[in-house]
Amino acid sequence: MSAPTTTPRRRVSTRALVVVGLVVALLVAGVASYYASSHPDGLEHVAGETGFLDSAEDSPTADSPFADYTTEGVEDERLSVGIAGVLGTLVVLVLAGGLALALRRRTPTPDDDTARAREPERA
Amino acid sequence: MHVPDGFLDAPTSVATGVVAAAAVGVALRKARTELDDRTAPMAGLVAAFVFAAQMINFPVGAGTSGHLMGGALAAVLVGPWTGLLCVSVVLVVQALFMADGGITALGTNVVLIGVVTALVGYVVFRALQAVLPRRVATVAPSAAVAAFVSVPVAAAVFSLLFAIGGTAPVDAGRVLTAMLGWHVLIGIGEAVVTGLVVGAVVAVRPDLVRGARPLVEARELEIRTVAA
Repeated sequence: MSAPTTTPRRRVSTRALVVVGLVVALLVAGVASYYASSHPDGLEHVAGETGFLDSAEDSPTADSPFADYTTEGVEDERLSVGIAGVLGTLVVLVLAGGLALALRRRTPTPDDDTARAREPERA
Repeated sequence: MHVPDGFLDAPTSVATGVVAAAAVGVALRKARTELDDRTAPMAGLVAAFVFAAQMINFPVGAGTSGHLMGGALAAVLVGPWTGLLCVSVVLVVQALFMADGGITALGTNVVLIGVVTALVGYVVFRALQAVLPRRVATVAPSAAVAAFVSVPVAAAVFSLLFAIGGTAPVDAGRVLTAMLGWHVLIGIGEAVVTGLVVGAVVAVRPDLVRGARPLVEARELEIRTVAA
């Protein structure tokens, strides 16, 4: 680990980190997901192997337009998965981000104080 | 390991639903201590990333695949309570819109993929951090090991639930053995993804990684002493 210095290198802003992270998530859900393995997952495989797979029932939401990560009415498979992935990612972002913003502490923490102290004074 | 409707009987599903609701209720209170103006956007990002990553099934051999569960990852990045909320949001969206994981099984899935992986992941992570040298470089490897452990534990808890309330007359011991075997392999994938993602965030903004905070704060104090 490098020795601590009094002039830290320019750090990546929280906004930049979140934007880059979100772009990565959207690419994973929207593009890379098409190439995911279509083999049954561990549980499904075990259920088939040991003989309880038939006890699975269809989900009541099986008629959802995005059921099984495909978009109803979109013929192109790549696009169909991609749309479902991108929309799902955005819905999760809004719900979880909104929940976190609603729950967060608004009183300044010691961290916020030091962050503010580092910022130049605004008129 | 999204559990579909029908695998577990109604009493077991109700019981896991109650446990899931209680855990989420506690998390809604406790997450306040983890969330502030800086970390709240991270929670949204972590949930979005877990949803995206869960779409990527990776092959683990013999025509079987697995994907990230993300509880350990979320717990290390944003804290265990916020992490549980992130994964729960993912599971609700998957069940309602993607028909991935059942509706009566939603409580079971929140317990297995949310509560078990976030809490086991966080406890293992904290235990490793307690014995390892106090260096930021240990955060990502600790997170990876914690993620690895969390997956077979979740598989074991499913097997336990199946032994209690499985609807099919299948030997619970066979289920447990098979579940553990496959999920040790899937756990390796969980460890790789978790280690890489935590490592990437720690490299640029260790102060935004909940699990690295004690180390970062200690380091900052050190700097101030030198500067003074």
